[in-house]
Amino acid sequence: MNPVELKYNKEHEYAGVNGNIVTFGITNHAQESLGDVVFVELPDEGATVTAGKSYGTVESVKAVSDIMASVSGKVVEVNTQVLDAPDLLNSDPYGEGWLIKVEADDLSPLETMMSADEYEAFVATEEH
Amino acid sequence: MIGTKRTPIYEEHQAAKAKLIDFGGWEMPVQYAGVIAEHHAVRNKAGLFDTSHMGEIDVRGKDALAFVQMLITNDASKLHDGKILYSPMCYPTGGIVDDSLVYRYDTEHFFIVVNASNADKDYAWMLEQAKNFEVTVDNVSDQYVQLALQGPLAETILQRITQVDLSKIIYYTFTHGEVDGVPCLISRTGYTGEDGFEVYCAPEFGRQLWRKILEIGASDGVQPIGLGARDTLRFEARLPLYGNELGAEITPLEAGIGFFVKLDKEDFVGKAALQLQKEQGVPRKLVGLEMVGRGIARSHYPLQKDGEEIGFVTSGSFSPTLNKNIALGLIRSDLAVQGDVLDVMIRDKAVQAKIIPSLFYKRG
Repeated sequence: MNPVELKYNKEHEYAGVNGNIVTFGITNHAQESLGDVVFVELPDEGATVTAGKSYGTVESVKAVSDIMASVSGKVVEVNTQVLDAPDLLNSDPYGEGWLIKVEADDLSPLETMMSADEYEAFVATEEH
Repeated sequence: MIGTKRTPIYEEHQAAKAKLIDFGGWEMPVQYAGVIAEHHAVRNKAGLFDTSHMGEIDVRGKDALAFVQMLITNDASKLHDGKILYSPMCYPTGGIVDDSLVYRYDTEHFFIVVNASNADKDYAWMLEQAKNFEVTVDNVSDQYVQLALQGPLAETILQRITQVDLSKIIYYTFTHGEVDGVPCLISRTGYTGEDGFEVYCAPEFGRQLWRKILEIGASDGVQPIGLGARDTLRFEARLPLYGNELGAEITPLEAGIGFFVKLDKEDFVGKAALQLQKEQGVPRKLVGLEMVGRGIARSHYPLQKDGEEIGFVTSGSFSPTLNKNIALGLIRSDLAVQGDVLDVMIRDKAVQAKIIPSLFYKRG
Protein backbone atom coordinates (compact mmCIF):
# COMPACT_ATOMS: atom_id res chain seq x y z
CA MET A 1 0.00 0.00 0.00
CA ASN A 2 2.63 2.53 1.09
CA PRO A 3 5.37 2.65 -1.57
CA VAL A 4 8.61 1.07 -0.28
CA GLU A 5 10.82 3.67 -1.99
CA LEU A 6 9.40 6.48 0.20
CA LYS A 7 10.27 7.61 3.73
CA TYR A 8 7.56 8.43 6.29
CA ASN A 9 7.18 10.59 9.41
CA LYS A 10 4.86 10.46 12.42
CA GLU A 11 2.80 13.32 10.96
CA HIS A 12 1.71 10.90 8.22
CA GLU A 13 3.68 12.61 5.50
CA TYR A 14 6.07 11.08 3.03
CA ALA A 15 9.31 12.11 1.35
CA GLY A 16 10.50 10.70 -1.97
CA VAL A 17 14.17 11.16 -2.79
CA ASN A 18 15.66 11.57 -6.26
CA GLY A 19 19.24 12.82 -6.04
CA ASN A 20 19.01 15.93 -3.89
CA ILE A 21 15.38 16.62 -4.89
CA VAL A 22 12.81 15.56 -2.27
CA THR A 23 9.10 15.25 -3.04
CA PHE A 24 6.67 15.90 -0.16
CA GLY A 25 3.14 14.59 0.20
CA ILE A 26 0.67 13.16 2.71
CA THR A 27 0.12 9.43 3.16
CA ASN A 28 -2.89 7.36 2.30
CA HIS A 29 -3.60 6.98 6.00
CA ALA A 30 -3.51 10.79 6.37
CA GLN A 31 -6.02 11.36 3.60
CA GLU A 32 -8.29 8.65 5.03
CA SER A 33 -8.33 10.24 8.46
CA LEU A 34 -8.76 13.76 7.08
CA GLY A 35 -11.67 12.85 4.83
CA ASP A 36 -12.53 14.91 1.74
CA VAL A 37 -9.68 17.37 1.13
CA VAL A 38 -11.15 20.68 -0.06
CA PHE A 39 -8.26 23.14 0.18
CA VAL A 40 -4.47 23.07 -0.08
CA GLU A 41 -2.11 25.96 0.58
CA LEU A 42 1.48 25.60 -0.64
CA PRO A 43 4.51 27.90 -0.80
CA ASP A 44 5.50 29.49 -4.10
CA GLU A 45 8.29 28.14 -6.25
CA GLY A 46 11.57 29.60 -5.06
CA ALA A 47 10.47 29.88 -1.43
CA THR A 48 12.53 28.15 1.24
CA VAL A 49 11.21 25.57 3.67
CA THR A 50 12.72 24.43 6.96
CA ALA A 51 12.89 20.83 8.21
CA GLY A 52 10.35 20.20 10.95
CA LYS A 53 8.49 23.45 10.22
CA SER A 54 5.11 23.96 8.58
CA TYR A 55 5.24 24.81 4.87
CA GLY A 56 1.50 24.88 4.19
CA THR A 57 -1.90 23.51 5.13
CA VAL A 58 -4.25 20.80 3.99
CA GLU A 59 -7.89 21.33 4.86
CA SER A 60 -10.74 18.84 4.80
CA VAL A 61 -14.37 19.86 5.24
CA LYS A 62 -13.95 19.77 9.00
CA ALA A 63 -10.25 20.02 9.79
CA VAL A 64 -7.20 22.18 9.14
CA SER A 65 -3.80 20.38 9.22
CA ASP A 66 -0.33 21.86 8.98
CA ILE A 67 2.08 20.05 6.70
CA MET A 68 5.71 19.75 7.83
CA ALA A 69 8.86 19.85 5.74
CA SER A 70 11.06 16.76 6.02
CA VAL A 71 14.19 18.59 4.87
CA SER A 72 15.29 22.21 4.53
CA GLY A 73 15.79 23.71 1.11
CA LYS A 74 14.39 25.65 -1.81
CA VAL A 75 11.04 24.83 -3.43
CA VAL A 76 11.82 23.93 -7.04
CA GLU A 77 8.40 22.73 -8.12
CA VAL A 78 4.82 23.12 -6.82
CA ASN A 79 2.02 20.79 -7.81
CA THR A 80 -0.37 23.53 -8.93
CA GLN A 81 -2.85 20.86 -10.02
CA VAL A 82 -3.75 20.07 -6.39
CA LEU A 83 -4.50 23.74 -5.74
CA ASP A 84 -7.41 23.51 -8.16
CA ALA A 85 -8.25 19.85 -7.52
CA PRO A 86 -7.47 19.16 -3.85
CA ASP A 87 -9.37 15.85 -4.05
CA LEU A 88 -6.28 14.44 -5.82
CA LEU A 89 -4.87 14.05 -2.30
CA ASN A 90 -7.70 11.62 -1.60
CA SER A 91 -7.70 9.75 -4.88
CA ASP A 92 -3.94 9.50 -5.53
CA PRO A 93 -1.85 10.68 -2.56
CA TYR A 94 1.38 9.03 -3.79
CA GLY A 95 0.88 9.94 -7.45
CA GLU A 96 -0.91 13.01 -8.75
CA GLY A 97 -1.54 14.19 -5.21
CA TRP A 98 2.10 15.05 -4.41
CA LEU A 99 2.60 18.57 -3.02
CA ILE A 100 6.02 20.16 -3.58
CA LYS A 101 9.57 19.30 -4.64
CA VAL A 102 12.44 20.70 -2.61
CA GLU A 103 16.10 20.98 -3.45
CA ALA A 104 17.51 19.74 -0.16
CA ASP A 105 20.35 21.57 1.62
CA ASP A 106 21.05 18.41 3.55
CA LEU A 107 19.49 14.94 3.19
CA SER A 108 20.42 13.72 6.68
CA PRO A 109 16.99 14.46 8.32
CA LEU A 110 15.62 11.67 6.10
CA GLU A 111 17.70 9.12 8.02
CA THR A 112 15.44 9.45 11.06
CA MET A 113 12.29 8.83 8.99
CA MET A 114 10.51 5.47 8.83
CA SER A 115 10.52 2.87 6.08
CA ALA A 116 7.17 1.71 4.65
CA ASP A 117 7.18 -1.33 6.98
CA GLU A 118 8.03 0.75 10.03
CA TYR A 119 5.36 3.28 9.09
CA GLU A 120 2.68 0.60 8.73
CA ALA A 121 3.58 -0.73 12.18
CA PHE A 122 3.39 2.82 13.53
CA VAL A 123 -0.08 3.35 12.04
CA ALA A 124 -1.23 0.04 13.55
CA THR A 125 -0.07 1.05 17.05
CA GLU A 126 -1.67 4.51 16.70
CA GLU A 127 -5.03 2.99 15.95
CA HIS A 128 -5.11 1.22 19.33
CA MET B 1 -13.77 8.34 25.62
CA ILE B 2 -14.66 7.98 29.26
CA GLY B 3 -17.85 9.68 30.37
CA THR B 4 -19.21 10.23 26.88
CA LYS B 5 -22.77 9.19 26.21
CA ARG B 6 -23.93 6.98 23.37
CA THR B 7 -27.29 6.89 21.65
CA PRO B 8 -29.28 3.64 21.36
CA ILE B 9 -28.18 3.55 17.68
CA TYR B 10 -24.46 3.49 18.57
CA GLU B 11 -23.86 -0.16 17.62
CA GLU B 12 -25.22 0.54 14.14
CA HIS B 13 -22.73 3.37 13.66
CA GLN B 14 -19.94 1.13 14.82
CA ALA B 15 -21.02 -1.69 12.50
CA ALA B 16 -21.15 0.78 9.59
CA LYS B 17 -17.55 1.78 10.41
CA ALA B 18 -18.53 5.40 10.93
CA LYS B 19 -15.83 7.75 12.14
CA LEU B 20 -16.85 8.68 15.68
CA ILE B 21 -16.14 11.92 17.51
CA ASP B 22 -17.06 13.58 20.78
CA PHE B 23 -19.87 16.08 20.24
CA GLY B 24 -21.18 17.91 23.29
CA GLY B 25 -20.42 14.92 25.49
CA TRP B 26 -21.82 12.38 23.01
CA GLU B 27 -19.87 9.86 20.98
CA MET B 28 -21.42 10.49 17.57
CA PRO B 29 -20.75 9.57 13.93
CA VAL B 30 -19.11 12.47 12.07
CA GLN B 31 -19.06 10.63 8.74
CA TYR B 32 -19.73 7.27 7.10
CA ALA B 33 -18.99 7.38 3.35
CA GLY B 34 -17.52 10.90 3.44
CA VAL B 35 -18.91 14.33 4.19
CA ILE B 36 -19.29 15.48 0.59
CA ALA B 37 -20.93 12.29 -0.68
CA GLU B 38 -23.32 12.33 2.28
CA HIS B 39 -24.12 16.00 1.69
CA HIS B 40 -25.05 15.36 -1.94
CA ALA B 41 -27.11 12.30 -0.97
CA VAL B 42 -29.34 14.49 1.21
CA ARG B 43 -29.66 17.27 -1.38
CA ASN B 44 -30.44 14.85 -4.24
CA LYS B 45 -31.99 11.74 -2.68
CA ALA B 46 -32.33 11.14 1.05
CA GLY B 47 -30.22 10.64 4.15
CA LEU B 48 -30.85 9.23 7.60
CA PHE B 49 -29.49 10.95 10.72
CA ASP B 50 -29.31 9.68 14.27
CA THR B 51 -30.29 12.79 16.24
CA SER B 52 -31.08 10.93 19.46
CA HIS B 53 -28.56 13.10 21.29
CA MET B 54 -30.96 16.05 21.05
CA GLY B 55 -32.70 17.04 24.30
CA GLU B 56 -36.45 16.69 24.80
CA ILE B 57 -38.26 18.51 27.57
CA ASP B 58 -41.91 17.96 28.41
CA VAL B 59 -44.01 20.79 29.84
CA ARG B 60 -47.42 19.97 31.29
CA GLY B 61 -49.96 21.72 33.46
CA LYS B 62 -52.66 24.34 33.65
CA ASP B 63 -50.16 27.16 33.04
CA ALA B 64 -48.20 25.40 30.26
CA LEU B 65 -49.06 27.97 27.60
CA ALA B 66 -48.39 30.94 29.89
CA PHE B 67 -45.06 29.42 30.93
CA VAL B 68 -43.96 28.74 27.35
CA GLN B 69 -44.97 32.29 26.39
CA MET B 70 -42.71 33.64 29.15
CA LEU B 71 -39.88 31.28 28.17
CA ILE B 72 -39.64 31.78 24.40
CA THR B 73 -39.47 34.82 22.13
CA ASN B 74 -41.87 33.48 19.49
CA ASP B 75 -45.64 33.45 20.03
CA ALA B 76 -47.05 30.04 20.99
CA SER B 77 -50.55 31.43 21.58
CA LYS B 78 -51.18 31.65 17.84
CA LEU B 79 -50.10 28.05 17.37
CA HIS B 80 -52.76 25.40 16.72
CA ASP B 81 -52.59 22.05 18.48
CA GLY B 82 -50.35 19.72 16.45
CA LYS B 83 -48.19 22.57 15.18
CA ILE B 84 -44.55 23.32 15.79
CA LEU B 85 -42.76 26.60 16.35
CA TYR B 86 -39.09 27.42 16.00
CA SER B 87 -38.01 29.79 18.76
CA PRO B 88 -35.01 31.10 20.65
CA MET B 89 -35.12 31.29 24.45
CA CYS B 90 -33.33 34.33 25.83
CA TYR B 91 -31.70 35.56 29.01
CA PRO B 92 -32.93 38.89 30.46
CA THR B 93 -29.94 40.45 28.59
CA GLY B 94 -31.40 39.33 25.25
CA GLY B 95 -28.56 36.83 24.78
CA ILE B 96 -29.63 33.37 23.71
CA VAL B 97 -29.99 30.41 26.12
CA ASP B 98 -30.72 28.07 23.22
CA ASP B 99 -32.87 27.67 20.15
CA SER B 100 -35.63 25.09 20.14
CA LEU B 101 -38.56 23.48 18.43
CA VAL B 102 -41.76 23.86 20.44
CA TYR B 103 -44.38 21.19 19.75
CA ARG B 104 -47.88 22.11 20.90
CA TYR B 105 -50.04 19.14 21.91
CA ASP B 106 -52.55 21.53 23.48
CA THR B 107 -52.50 24.56 25.76
CA GLU B 108 -51.60 22.33 28.72
CA HIS B 109 -48.90 20.22 27.08
CA PHE B 110 -45.82 21.28 25.11
CA PHE B 111 -42.83 19.22 24.02
CA ILE B 112 -39.64 21.21 23.54
CA VAL B 113 -36.66 19.91 21.58
CA VAL B 114 -33.30 21.53 22.37
CA ASN B 115 -29.64 21.15 21.45
CA ALA B 116 -27.80 18.14 22.89
CA SER B 117 -24.94 20.15 24.34
CA ASN B 118 -27.37 22.56 26.04
CA ALA B 119 -29.99 20.10 27.28
CA ASP B 120 -28.93 20.09 30.96
CA LYS B 121 -28.45 23.86 31.02
CA ASP B 122 -31.81 24.42 29.32
CA TYR B 123 -33.60 22.09 31.69
CA ALA B 124 -32.15 23.91 34.72
CA TRP B 125 -33.09 27.25 33.14
CA MET B 126 -36.65 26.11 32.50
CA LEU B 127 -37.06 24.79 36.06
CA GLU B 128 -35.91 28.18 37.34
CA GLN B 129 -38.39 30.03 35.14
CA ALA B 130 -41.22 27.62 36.03
CA LYS B 131 -41.30 28.57 39.72
CA ASN B 132 -44.26 30.92 39.44
CA PHE B 133 -46.27 28.72 37.11
CA GLU B 134 -48.49 25.72 37.68
CA VAL B 135 -46.49 23.41 35.43
CA THR B 136 -44.29 20.34 35.63
CA VAL B 137 -41.14 20.41 33.54
CA ASP B 138 -39.49 17.05 32.83
CA ASN B 139 -36.26 16.26 31.03
CA VAL B 140 -37.39 13.25 28.98
CA SER B 141 -34.33 13.15 26.70
CA ASP B 142 -33.50 9.54 27.62
CA GLN B 143 -36.98 8.35 26.67
CA TYR B 144 -36.59 9.07 22.97
CA VAL B 145 -34.67 7.97 19.97
CA GLN B 146 -34.86 10.65 17.30
CA LEU B 147 -34.16 9.81 13.66
CA ALA B 148 -34.25 12.38 10.87
CA LEU B 149 -34.93 11.29 7.30
CA GLN B 150 -34.13 14.25 5.05
CA GLY B 151 -34.08 14.86 1.34
CA PRO B 152 -36.40 15.04 -1.67
CA LEU B 153 -37.19 11.29 -1.47
CA ALA B 154 -37.86 11.28 2.30
CA GLU B 155 -41.66 11.14 2.01
CA THR B 156 -41.65 8.43 -0.67
CA ILE B 157 -39.35 6.23 1.38
CA LEU B 158 -41.00 6.69 4.77
CA GLN B 159 -44.49 6.20 3.31
CA ARG B 160 -43.57 2.56 2.53
CA ILE B 161 -43.54 1.63 6.21
CA THR B 162 -46.40 3.66 7.64
CA GLN B 163 -50.19 3.85 7.23
CA VAL B 164 -50.10 7.51 8.24
CA ASP B 165 -50.72 9.67 5.17
CA LEU B 166 -47.49 11.64 5.21
CA SER B 167 -48.66 14.06 2.52
CA LYS B 168 -51.15 15.40 5.11
CA ILE B 169 -48.38 16.31 7.53
CA ILE B 170 -47.52 19.80 6.38
CA TYR B 171 -44.26 21.58 7.18
CA TYR B 172 -43.84 22.28 10.91
CA THR B 173 -46.70 20.05 12.05
CA PHE B 174 -46.67 16.65 13.75
CA THR B 175 -48.83 13.62 14.38
CA HIS B 176 -48.65 10.23 16.05
CA GLY B 177 -48.71 6.90 14.28
CA GLU B 178 -46.92 3.65 13.69
CA VAL B 179 -43.81 3.43 11.54
CA ASP B 180 -42.81 -0.18 10.84
CA GLY B 181 -45.23 -1.11 13.64
CA VAL B 182 -43.44 1.13 16.14
CA PRO B 183 -45.44 3.89 17.87
CA CYS B 184 -43.88 7.22 16.83
CA LEU B 185 -44.23 10.96 16.89
CA ILE B 186 -43.74 12.04 13.28
CA SER B 187 -42.97 15.66 12.47
CA ARG B 188 -42.23 17.34 9.18
CA THR B 189 -39.17 19.25 10.31
CA GLY B 190 -35.42 19.12 9.82
CA TYR B 191 -32.10 20.88 9.88
CA THR B 192 -30.83 20.50 6.32
CA GLY B 193 -32.76 22.90 4.11
CA GLU B 194 -34.51 19.90 2.51
CA ASP B 195 -37.94 18.40 2.96
CA GLY B 196 -38.03 15.61 5.50
CA PHE B 197 -39.25 14.11 8.72
CA GLU B 198 -38.08 13.73 12.28
CA VAL B 199 -39.38 10.58 13.92
CA TYR B 200 -39.34 10.03 17.69
CA CYS B 201 -39.79 6.60 19.26
CA ALA B 202 -38.95 4.66 22.42
CA PRO B 203 -35.22 3.78 22.70
CA GLU B 204 -35.79 0.02 22.43
CA PHE B 205 -37.18 0.37 18.90
CA GLY B 206 -34.48 2.70 17.66
CA ARG B 207 -32.16 0.21 16.00
CA GLN B 208 -35.05 -1.62 14.32
CA LEU B 209 -36.31 1.62 12.78
CA TRP B 210 -32.82 2.75 11.76
CA ARG B 211 -32.13 -0.51 9.94
CA LYS B 212 -35.58 -0.66 8.37
CA ILE B 213 -35.36 2.83 6.86
CA LEU B 214 -31.90 2.16 5.40
CA GLU B 215 -33.15 -1.17 4.02
CA ILE B 216 -36.32 0.08 2.35
CA GLY B 217 -34.59 3.21 1.04
CA ALA B 218 -31.47 1.46 -0.25
CA SER B 219 -32.72 1.26 -3.85
CA ASP B 220 -33.40 5.03 -3.73
CA GLY B 221 -29.89 5.76 -2.55
CA VAL B 222 -30.69 6.58 1.08
CA GLN B 223 -27.59 6.50 3.26
CA PRO B 224 -26.63 7.24 6.87
CA ILE B 225 -25.39 10.80 7.38
CA GLY B 226 -22.95 12.01 10.03
CA LEU B 227 -22.56 15.28 11.87
CA GLY B 228 -20.07 16.56 9.27
CA ALA B 229 -22.66 16.75 6.49
CA ARG B 230 -25.34 17.80 8.98
CA ASP B 231 -23.23 20.90 9.58
CA THR B 232 -22.54 21.73 5.91
CA LEU B 233 -26.23 21.15 5.05
CA ARG B 234 -27.58 23.40 7.79
CA PHE B 235 -24.92 26.02 7.10
CA GLU B 236 -25.79 26.34 3.38
CA ALA B 237 -29.44 26.82 4.34
CA ARG B 238 -28.43 29.48 6.92
CA LEU B 239 -29.89 27.46 9.77
CA PRO B 240 -28.08 28.78 12.85
CA LEU B 241 -26.08 26.59 15.22
CA TYR B 242 -25.72 27.30 18.92
CA GLY B 243 -22.08 28.02 19.72
CA ASN B 244 -21.59 29.44 16.20
CA GLU B 245 -24.29 31.89 15.11
CA LEU B 246 -26.08 31.77 18.48
CA GLY B 247 -24.81 32.24 22.02
CA ALA B 248 -25.28 33.96 25.36
CA GLU B 249 -23.46 37.03 24.00
CA ILE B 250 -25.48 37.23 20.78
CA THR B 251 -29.11 38.33 20.53
CA PRO B 252 -31.59 36.82 18.05
CA LEU B 253 -31.88 40.25 16.39
CA GLU B 254 -28.14 40.22 15.66
CA ALA B 255 -28.17 36.58 14.57
CA GLY B 256 -30.71 37.26 11.83
CA ILE B 257 -33.55 35.37 13.50
CA GLY B 258 -35.48 38.46 14.59
CA PHE B 259 -38.50 37.08 12.74
CA PHE B 260 -38.87 34.64 15.63
CA VAL B 261 -38.93 37.43 18.24
CA LYS B 262 -42.46 38.74 18.71
CA LEU B 263 -42.11 42.01 20.56
CA ASP B 264 -45.87 42.60 20.29
CA LYS B 265 -46.78 39.63 22.51
CA GLU B 266 -47.03 39.74 26.34
CA ASP B 267 -43.89 39.83 28.47
CA PHE B 268 -41.18 37.22 28.03
CA VAL B 269 -37.65 36.79 29.31
CA GLY B 270 -35.40 39.20 27.41
CA LYS B 271 -38.22 41.31 25.96
CA ALA B 272 -37.12 44.64 27.50
CA ALA B 273 -33.52 44.21 26.33
CA LEU B 274 -34.54 43.17 22.82
CA GLN B 275 -37.06 46.01 22.58
CA LEU B 276 -34.32 48.47 23.55
CA GLN B 277 -31.85 46.97 21.10
CA LYS B 278 -34.38 47.23 18.32
CA GLU B 279 -35.09 50.89 19.14
CA GLN B 280 -31.43 51.83 19.43
CA GLY B 281 -30.37 49.86 16.38
CA VAL B 282 -28.86 46.39 16.31
CA PRO B 283 -25.07 46.77 16.69
CA ARG B 284 -24.06 43.65 14.76
CA LYS B 285 -25.47 41.78 11.84
CA LEU B 286 -25.00 38.28 10.44
CA VAL B 287 -23.79 38.40 6.84
CA GLY B 288 -22.93 35.88 4.17
CA LEU B 289 -19.36 35.85 2.86
CA GLU B 290 -17.81 34.41 -0.24
CA MET B 291 -14.04 34.03 -0.31
CA VAL B 292 -12.38 36.17 -2.97
CA GLY B 293 -8.84 35.14 -2.04
CA ARG B 294 -7.71 31.55 -1.56
CA GLY B 295 -8.68 30.08 1.78
CA ILE B 296 -11.48 28.78 3.96
CA ALA B 297 -12.89 31.02 6.68
CA ARG B 298 -13.43 28.98 9.82
CA SER B 299 -15.50 29.61 12.93
CA HIS B 300 -14.02 32.35 15.19
CA TYR B 301 -11.51 33.69 12.64
CA PRO B 302 -11.42 37.52 13.03
CA LEU B 303 -12.90 39.75 10.34
CA GLN B 304 -11.20 43.06 9.56
CA LYS B 305 -11.80 46.15 7.44
CA ASP B 306 -8.81 48.41 6.75
CA GLY B 307 -6.87 46.67 9.51
CA GLU B 308 -9.57 47.21 12.13
CA GLU B 309 -11.42 44.27 13.70
CA ILE B 310 -15.12 44.47 12.82
CA GLY B 311 -16.38 41.02 13.77
CA PHE B 312 -15.75 37.31 13.46
CA VAL B 313 -16.65 34.27 11.40
CA THR B 314 -19.46 32.21 12.99
CA SER B 315 -19.37 29.29 10.50
CA GLY B 316 -17.31 28.72 7.40
CA SER B 317 -16.73 25.84 5.07
CA PHE B 318 -16.33 24.58 1.59
CA SER B 319 -19.90 24.43 0.28
CA PRO B 320 -20.45 21.12 -1.54
CA THR B 321 -23.62 22.37 -3.27
CA LEU B 322 -22.17 25.69 -4.47
CA ASN B 323 -18.64 24.35 -4.91
CA LYS B 324 -17.27 27.53 -3.26
CA ASN B 325 -15.73 28.55 0.03
CA ILE B 326 -18.34 30.51 1.95
CA ALA B 327 -18.94 31.71 5.49
CA LEU B 328 -21.31 33.43 7.87
CA GLY B 329 -19.91 36.31 9.88
CA LEU B 330 -21.18 38.57 12.64
CA ILE B 331 -20.00 42.10 11.87
CA ARG B 332 -20.70 45.74 12.72
CA SER B 333 -24.09 46.63 11.23
CA ASP B 334 -22.86 49.83 9.59
CA LEU B 335 -20.36 47.79 7.57
CA ALA B 336 -22.79 45.05 6.54
CA VAL B 337 -23.12 46.25 2.95
CA GLN B 338 -23.65 43.66 0.24
CA GLY B 339 -20.87 43.61 -2.33
CA ASP B 340 -18.32 45.17 0.03
CA VAL B 341 -15.03 43.38 0.51
CA LEU B 342 -13.48 42.67 3.92
CA ASP B 343 -10.57 40.63 5.24
CA VAL B 344 -10.77 37.23 6.90
CA MET B 345 -7.73 36.74 9.14
CA ILE B 346 -6.58 33.21 8.34
CA ARG B 347 -3.61 32.32 10.56
CA ASP B 348 -2.62 36.02 10.75
CA LYS B 349 -2.90 36.49 7.00
CA ALA B 350 -5.58 38.77 5.52
CA VAL B 351 -7.61 36.99 2.83
CA GLN B 352 -10.35 38.92 1.02
CA ALA B 353 -14.02 37.95 1.16
CA LYS B 354 -17.08 39.60 -0.32
CA ILE B 355 -20.38 40.19 1.50
CA ILE B 356 -23.16 38.25 -0.25
CA PRO B 357 -26.75 37.24 0.68
CA SER B 358 -26.51 34.77 3.55
CA LEU B 359 -29.16 32.33 2.34
CA PHE B 360 -26.66 30.36 0.26
CA TYR B 361 -29.03 27.56 -0.65
CA LYS B 362 -32.79 27.33 -1.02
CA ARG B 363 -34.41 24.19 -2.30
CA GLY B 364 -36.07 24.56 -5.69
